[in-house]
Amino acid sequence: MNKISNFRRNRCSAANLALGSIAVAACVAATPVFAAWEPAKPVEFIVPAGTGGGADQMARLIQGIVIKHKLMKEPLIVVNKSGGAGAEGFLDVKAAKGDPYKIVITLSNLFTTPMATGVPFNWKDMTPVSMMALDQFVLWTNAEAPYKTAREYIAAVKAAGPNKFRMGGTGSKQEDQILTVGLEKATGTKFIYIPFKGGGEVAVQLVGKHIDSTVNNPIEAVAQWRAGKLVAQCVFDEQRMPYKAKITATQSWNDVPTCKEAGVPTSYQMLRGIFMPAGVSKDQLEFYVSLLKKVRETQDWKDFMENGAFNQTSMSGAEFTKWLEGAEATHHELMKEAGFLAK
Amino acid sequence: MEEIGALFHGFAVVLTPMNMLLMMVGIVLGVLIGVLPGLGGANGVAILLPLTFTMSPTSAIIMLSCIYWGALFGGAITSILFNIPGEPWSVATTFDGYPMAQQGRAGEALAAAFTSSFVGALVAVVMITFLAPLVAKFALEFGPPEFFAVYLLTFCSFIGMGKGSPFKILASMALGFALAAVGMDTVTGQLRLTFGWSELMRGFDFLIAVIGLFGIGEILLSMEEGLAFSGKTARISPKVVLETWKKLPQYWLTYIRSSLIGIWMGITPGGATPASFMGYGIAKKMSRDGAKFGTGQLEGVIAPETAAHAAGTSALLPMLALGIPGSPTAAVLLGGLLIWGLQPGPLLFVEQKDFVWGLIASMYLGNLAGLIVVLTTVPLFAAILRIPFSIIAPIIIVICAIGAYTVHNAMLDIWFMLLFGVVGYLFKKLDYPLAPMVLALVLGDKAEDAFRQSMLLSQGEVSIMWSNPLVGTITSLALILLLWPLISKALKIIRPGREGRVFTG
Repeated sequence: MNKISNFRRNRCSAANLALGSIAVAACVAATPVFAAWEPAKPVEFIVPAGTGGGADQMARLIQGIVIKHKLMKEPLIVVNKSGGAGAEGFLDVKAAKGDPYKIVITLSNLFTTPMATGVPFNWKDMTPVSMMALDQFVLWTNAEAPYKTAREYIAAVKAAGPNKFRMGGTGSKQEDQILTVGLEKATGTKFIYIPFKGGGEVAVQLVGKHIDSTVNNPIEAVAQWRAGKLVAQCVFDEQRMPYKAKITATQSWNDVPTCKEAGVPTSYQMLRGIFMPAGVSKDQLEFYVSLLKKVRETQDWKDFMENGAFNQTSMSGAEFTKWLEGAEATHHELMKEAGFLAK
Repeated sequence: MEEIGALFHGFAVVLTPMNMLLMMVGIVLGVLIGVLPGLGGANGVAILLPLTFTMSPTSAIIMLSCIYWGALFGGAITSILFNIPGEPWSVATTFDGYPMAQQGRAGEALAAAFTSSFVGALVAVVMITFLAPLVAKFALEFGPPEFFAVYLLTFCSFIGMGKGSPFKILASMALGFALAAVGMDTVTGQLRLTFGWSELMRGFDFLIAVIGLFGIGEILLSMEEGLAFSGKTARISPKVVLETWKKLPQYWLTYIRSSLIGIWMGITPGGATPASFMGYGIAKKMSRDGAKFGTGQLEGVIAPETAAHAAGTSALLPMLALGIPGSPTAAVLLGGLLIWGLQPGPLLFVEQKDFVWGLIASMYLGNLAGLIVVLTTVPLFAAILRIPFSIIAPIIIVICAIGAYTVHNAMLDIWFMLLFGVVGYLFKKLDYPLAPMVLALVLGDKAEDAFRQSMLLSQGEVSIMWSNPLVGTITSLALILLLWPLISKALKIIRPGREGRVFTG
């Protein structure tokens, strides 16, 4: 590798002498591209969740964007390894130390699965590549229920007493339940938490009034919201969502108050990030960081972000590592308080 | 009729040369996917999904849904020829389809299976065309207790399907439930029965069990019995399709029953697999020839295929109208819709008329094209049985192994497949029925989740199973079916003069 780049540099300096300033610009631009590492065979893109879910959708979108905009010579192949709440996928990446032909998309199960099940892996067993976005959570209620604000709803839950109102969510001891416990702690309420297999199913159960509320991600419930079946009470973030285009007849995502404004001081976002196995070279890491940056710059990506009302925070490198440390500590704290840690 | 106008508009959208070409490509790919066990419709659609991002959403969904139709058709082929269900919903097709092939009637079984698939799909599409909004609302009535009641009904309608002793059926079913419990438990978020072995975390996939139990098990049996397929003397002529068609109209009642079961299971979203089992179980109970089911009855092929295809088709309705997928393949298609910027849900029918009616029109055309494609290949597929066993058996084992690997990209699954093959062989030798185990493996997990969600909802009161007319009716029906052998015996005692109808229970 070194030899080749040295050779290129030499050739460029020769060209500089001969052709002057135009060639200088060309060489400056060309050198990093030619010298950098590039995949020489197809790359496996692991989704530690089932087909059709949020992580899977994002992975397949990235795969589609890479193909459509020809961002990579070799194809990206999406593989679902959802066993054991995603542990299967993460263990696979952990075992592939030094393999640059594997990347994995994460959701909160990156933190929660090892904590809840005791399966031995940690994000530190992998190389963080970049944060693609943060997924929001919204408190939803049925449109035919009388609650106009989150405050009213919580007051009703409190008045009814513990174990009367039913909160539906995806999976057990994962993000939806953690958030529910956080909400209970912050407001002194107690829900019956009912775990379902997928977010879309949860939204429909709410429309059918089999449960009283959910903490669905925006993309999971937006269709029912637009149809006037559900009410978005508040978003579990410090700031409101920035998207001002009208989604329903009267409301945009930006019109949904934060839960803090609504008197429910709870906040939680879910990481949508990309990792590689440990022990990869700096060149290899750089390749994926810049590939994902190009993905985020496409219009398809921006449309997807807006459709799903994502929090478009993205980061990589030391900043991302620091964020991960903080998030891990937060999850540990939340899981511990909720009594979800594996014994 | 507003719908008719919209439908013809849909045909106009679909009938462009490009879309027709994509449709044929989709059908052929789908049939291939259906034939290869393991590479199910969901996987096939997921693999091809990114290729469609550059197409218009209408063209893309036409191609992908045609892959889906193709896979639904194709699943029957290997079930009938080799007793290897290419897809989960073709398991019930093997019960009578394979014996027919062994008797040299493979062509007849294939023609009946394909035609029944088409009829089931057609009835479901007509229902989608005219009743979509009404039916979509019905799906909302389904909460956890209703789901459990439906699964219970499926189990109960299948009681007595084996000819062996009830205890053997019970043992087989219990083993299926135990295998279904391995892996992550949705309700508690804990790993179960993995014994600390991380490879077991993903649980036992239904497809791997089925490929092993049926496919490999059958090859082991054939090896013992003389290294030949019994069906190789099959008379093959293109006329077989027409001859089969002459026989089909007499089974009109089975068609109606199975279509209704299929539509109901597709909408609720029970899915095509339970629908096919239920279709078979009910047909066996109701038919005059019920006792002969399992020995190569044409009706035993018609019933599950009609139900499976009706369910597979109507499963797209809750996906479009509510955004809940009725099947794994529909789940992948749903992801596709979102990526194309279409939002499935109540407003899709209002805002994306071209897309929705284009899709519905493509359901009519796609199924018709699919039927023509597969029927012309009937003699070809039936001829496969003439290839000597020593050549075809190794090929089948390789295809099975590839299929088992494809499900999770895991080497261990191939070993599990072989292990299940030995289990399947032993079961047959010891006269244990396989079907109850398969049924428990595919539905056990879902039934358990639904039951425990119901118990959470009601805080432990079993009375939730009768908490509204809908769930109460289904639960009571299930219990009546379960206890029917006892009830019919009791009736005979009460009214000794008349001969009670004999049900095999």
